[in-house]
Amino acid sequence: MSAANRTIIGALASHWRRNPLQLLTFLAGLALATGLWSGVQAINSEARASYDAAAATLGEGQFDQIVARDGGRIAQSDFIAMRRAGWLVSPLVEGRRDGVRFIGVEPLSTPGGLPDLQLDPDAPLQGFLTRETLFANAETAALLGPDTVPENVAISVAPAVAPGLILGDIGIVQSLLGRKDLDRLLVAPEQPMRRAELSEIAPHLVVQDSLQRSDLGQMTDSFHLNLTAFGLLSFAVGIFIVHGAIGLAFEQRRGTLRTLRSLGVSLRRLTALIAVELFGLALIGASLGIVLGYLVAAALLPDVAATLRGLYGANITGTLSLRADWWLSGLAIALLGTALAMADKLWQVAHMPILASARPRAWSQATARGRRRQLGLSAVFFTTGLGLSLFGEGLLAGFALQGALLVGAALALPALLHVGLSAIERRTKIVTWQWFWADTRQQVPGLSLALMALLLAVSANIGVSTMVSSFRLTFVEFLDQRLASELYVNVANPEQSDQIERVLSRHADDVMPLLSMSSRAAGMPIDLDGIRVTDTYRENWRFLAMGPQAWDEVAAGRALIANEQFARRADLWVDDLVRIEGADPLPIAAIMADYGNPRGQLVISETLFRTMNPDATPRSFGARTSDADTLMRAVRQDTGLPEAAFINQAQIKAFSLDVFERTFTVTAALNILTLSVAGFALLMSLLTLADLRVPQLAPVWTAGLPRKTLARMELLRAMALAVCVFLLALPLGLALAWTLLAIVNVEAFGWRLPMFLFPVDYARLGLLAVIAACLAALWPAISLARLSPHRLLKVFADER
Amino acid sequence: MNVKALCLLCFLPVAAVAQGFAGLGTDADGFAVPRPDPVFDFPADHGPHPAYRIEWWYLTANLTAEDGTEYGLQWTLFRSALEPGEQPGWNSPQIWFAHAAVTTPERHFATERFARGGTGQAGVTADPFHAWIDEWEMRGPDFDTLKLTAQGSEFGYDMALEAQGPLIFQGERGFSVKSAEGQASYYYSQPFYEISGTLHLPEGEVSVTGSAWLDREWSSQPLSDNQSGWDWFSLSFTSGAKMMGFQLRQTDGSAYTAATWISPDGTTQPFPDGAFAAMPLAETEVADRIVPTAWQVRLPERGVDVRVEALNPQAWMDLAIPYWEGPVRIEGSHDGHGYLEMTGYE
Amino acid sequence: MVLTLTSIAKAYPGADGVIPVLVGVDLSLEPGDTLALTGESGSGKSTLLHIAAGLEMADEGDVIVDGQNLTATDDTARAAIRRGTVGVVFQQFNLIPSLTVLGNITFQARLADKEDRSFTQQLCERLGLKSQLEKYPEALSGGQQQRVALARALAARPKVLLADEPTGNLDESTAAEVLALMLSLVEENDAALMVVTHSEKVAQHMSRHVHLRGGKLI
Repeated sequence: MSAANRTIIGALASHWRRNPLQLLTFLAGLALATGLWSGVQAINSEARASYDAAAATLGEGQFDQIVARDGGRIAQSDFIAMRRAGWLVSPLVEGRRDGVRFIGVEPLSTPGGLPDLQLDPDAPLQGFLTRETLFANAETAALLGPDTVPENVAISVAPAVAPGLILGDIGIVQSLLGRKDLDRLLVAPEQPMRRAELSEIAPHLVVQDSLQRSDLGQMTDSFHLNLTAFGLLSFAVGIFIVHGAIGLAFEQRRGTLRTLRSLGVSLRRLTALIAVELFGLALIGASLGIVLGYLVAAALLPDVAATLRGLYGANITGTLSLRADWWLSGLAIALLGTALAMADKLWQVAHMPILASARPRAWSQATARGRRRQLGLSAVFFTTGLGLSLFGEGLLAGFALQGALLVGAALALPALLHVGLSAIERRTKIVTWQWFWADTRQQVPGLSLALMALLLAVSANIGVSTMVSSFRLTFVEFLDQRLASELYVNVANPEQSDQIERVLSRHADDVMPLLSMSSRAAGMPIDLDGIRVTDTYRENWRFLAMGPQAWDEVAAGRALIANEQFARRADLWVDDLVRIEGADPLPIAAIMADYGNPRGQLVISETLFRTMNPDATPRSFGARTSDADTLMRAVRQDTGLPEAAFINQAQIKAFSLDVFERTFTVTAALNILTLSVAGFALLMSLLTLADLRVPQLAPVWTAGLPRKTLARMELLRAMALAVCVFLLALPLGLALAWTLLAIVNVEAFGWRLPMFLFPVDYARLGLLAVIAACLAALWPAISLARLSPHRLLKVFADER
Repeated sequence: MNVKALCLLCFLPVAAVAQGFAGLGTDADGFAVPRPDPVFDFPADHGPHPAYRIEWWYLTANLTAEDGTEYGLQWTLFRSALEPGEQPGWNSPQIWFAHAAVTTPERHFATERFARGGTGQAGVTADPFHAWIDEWEMRGPDFDTLKLTAQGSEFGYDMALEAQGPLIFQGERGFSVKSAEGQASYYYSQPFYEISGTLHLPEGEVSVTGSAWLDREWSSQPLSDNQSGWDWFSLSFTSGAKMMGFQLRQTDGSAYTAATWISPDGTTQPFPDGAFAAMPLAETEVADRIVPTAWQVRLPERGVDVRVEALNPQAWMDLAIPYWEGPVRIEGSHDGHGYLEMTGYE
Repeated sequence: MVLTLTSIAKAYPGADGVIPVLVGVDLSLEPGDTLALTGESGSGKSTLLHIAAGLEMADEGDVIVDGQNLTATDDTARAAIRRGTVGVVFQQFNLIPSLTVLGNITFQARLADKEDRSFTQQLCERLGLKSQLEKYPEALSGGQQQRVALARALAARPKVLLADEPTGNLDESTAAEVLALMLSLVEENDAALMVVTHSEKVAQHMSRHVHLRGGKLI
């Protein structure tokens, strides 16, 4: 850099030396914005990498699969028979041992070959085939107990293996799981000519289209979209902050700029140097933000991981790695934001006459015309939103609707506040408070960006917490219905089934076998369940819709129950006829909610199930008992079943509630973080306005309102505005929640969640918003209380 | 026969192929090693030898359709052992893989299969003879009368083979030396098959007849570290005589050669290093590399000086380990047809 | 006496230590007094006015407004005294931008709970502001703004009106008009007036004239 440029930069930078607070807010604003954005991106990117690893390891969603028609296992001889008949399929066995999921694959036939395990070049790859090595990522490997894997088997750390999974050769995994059979066969995409039909080789097997398999990425998309929305919101708020800080710096440096120009610094050089200066600062702020983002992500990731595992069964790793995609995106978006904030100001500098006044311009005061224009735009957004909610289809339309609502509301905010505050002012009789409201109204244009940010943050928080809480309430209630039995027993091999039923009948109050198989109906693959209709079902299950005597009809084999997913996808409802493959059509007696299940499901009576599938044996039993532990011990003693075969209802509920707790931890943390950023934006705006406020306050002070009172009123003003914003955010947030539950959720998962209201949560959020505003106003208020009379009086003296 | 196969045996889909050629020269730990003066035991020796590291059943055929169009066909089953011996189920250390190809004057089709031993997905039994992997198989009541089938997604074939002469033992009575350091394999052939059957091609079915040549070879350490590739020729002359010759190209530019002259009655004459010579005459760009597709092949002691030219120069085997293999025409001191295999052209 | 200043001293921190501005100023005003305070730029005349209004505190000396000693009171109490007893008019920025003209005029009086509607109406009539009452200050000219400031300062019937260059930003004829109005309104309400000015013309209209130099009145 030339000496001249150094001198100019020095002159520009002196501003920051004299105003360290502004420097701090600029850097902190950018850091906060980048931090939240990149933190959220880091979590998303980590999750996606985990899904990709899972998909690559298991071929999920990539290849067609062959499964047993009855949902059971596949004999190894079937695999050989299919290969010998020209079907290029690859065997896969999976199971749990000591709480860890094992997958065994046959590396020679796995379609697409094994994933790149990202092993060290020296690692013993041969071990895969020679049954000496299993593969897991570092986290999973560290979880393994000493007895999980035999001594002669090594665990090799392979970062590309999906979290929570141990991958190995089919031979070793079979022997670890004590199995000789297979779970499914992966079908290679390219098959030889002259191949026999599957029905001729193994009629008990069916091909599952890869597209029909639930795709983890899709299932969890809405969760990640919520996270991204949070991140984007925080970033938008952060950019408000940066915009404010840069604007202030320009205003206050008009004199410097004028002087530099009059000293012969060309406009081009000045503009370039300002850009260099601000980008340099932005780089520092963004880097701090990325560090912050890493910390945020690292702190939240374990809870996010637990949530995803609990809700969707998606395993994502609990440790964070520094992936280029998220930190680069953070850096890029921070620099872009700075550039946007700067462009407008640079344009002004370029068009500023050399000898323009060095006095700061009054902060842009929104005129009535400006308000009308914003209101008009807002109406456009709301109309679009209305159109989308009436005619839109698909997930994108759902999110577009949310966006239209948010932007429309934000644009309408200044006008609404103006109207509201004017009304209050007219109704106030006490002069101090008349002035208070009048002055509050006058501050709205200067604070509107920050207030919009607060509106977005509060309403997004209301929306998301309504959704999460509604989900929890519904899900827990749903668990109570669906898991009415105190103990469930899974049957590993069919021969045991009769014995288990006998033993259970002896010890339990009531026994309900559950039969299950894969089938097809209405052109889609479904799970077909056969149940013994007992009072437990009649008393506990609640339907979304039902016909008369639904249970009697089902028990008599004259009707069936469909889950909501099936009903919505097939566009069928109560009384409509459904034909299950290979059976006569039956009417739907009732629609049941089936939250969290991606697949269609039909329920018929046990008797009907057995007529359709005479060889079927129950795969699990529900047992009513007053003492689940005692019952479990008794059954174990009589049958020798392992503990893993039992599911204790209380444990499942506890687990589910724990999952929700984790979800709430994440939501609460994001609540606090977004509100902090909005609060920070408010602080920045207030600080920016502080200098311009002095001439507004000085006459009030001279007229006899002491500074302490003025300071208290400043605090009150911020809180009053926060309350106003909150009152507007409440309906907006509820509208958001409604779109999430009734539109986005239906599009994403095929079921609609009932919406509940949580006034206490909203009150808490409102309180948080007010506290955030109060904290934001605290510093400016204290400064005001301590403002020297001299500064106030200087307003009245003429500088010219 | 083809030294390429030795390299292939080192290949596993999961393994880093990096160790490549050099890896084959390593000492065979625990594996049996071929010894001179072998005594063969048939039909048992038509079956697998799990004590040895590598083994193959390698069939090539020159075919002619009724309209005179010439075709080539390949069917190869390889066995590669991670450890010597056999064990049941997935514990088997035996890996099987196979290549099938059909060459027409315009196109070349090739595909491959992989399987684990011990499960029944692939294997060989000697009596009655049955070699299979998935639905591909070569089977018959004995080694002289075989049915052959294989297919990929675009092509397939069903063939019947009938041996018209005796088994031929390569090298010294079936002990075939592959380098100056003494690496060797057990190697015998059945070059006298008459073959007929149907090719299933995208354009339809084609009835063909012709002659086929089957190589059997097994070993544990047949290559030397300084060998970079090879060119292998199986030639059938119109006189009824046949000739097998190969050169192992060495990193110093020289070559190790060997050849066997097969009289129409099946009597053989082996030739040591240096007697056989092959020189490239023309090159073709195939799969982004330059491969010699016309050769001058000489065996002066038998008065052989012929030009060997590929029927289809684009006969590239684009498989897990890629190489060139296809039918050839012979002109010069002798006329005829045969098969050429080349590897190591990177 | 409505205003008594005794031995007022005031110093400001400067680059080379403390700079004394006022060193022992004594001054008193009776109802009906009109006093011109003149002095060089930086002589401390504005500071003296601020001290008299209770807006700034003297380092030494006593300020007694309408019998109440400002020196012994806190900020809140001083503000209360200021509300009901003292009216101040500055050169500029006298008005509260968020309030209408009427709101500004009645603001101090209502704060002091001394609003007298008929008096306010009378003031507005005298100052020619009747048609401007619903406007906001930004819509007024400089002369009009100063009239509103004057009305605001007088609406609570203060005992003392303190004016710091009240006509400094106005052209000559407007200045004369505003000054005349101020003087007659002060006289009508029997208030005391102290005007800080550098203008001899303004000073001539006052009954007394003091000059500040070297921190003292001469």
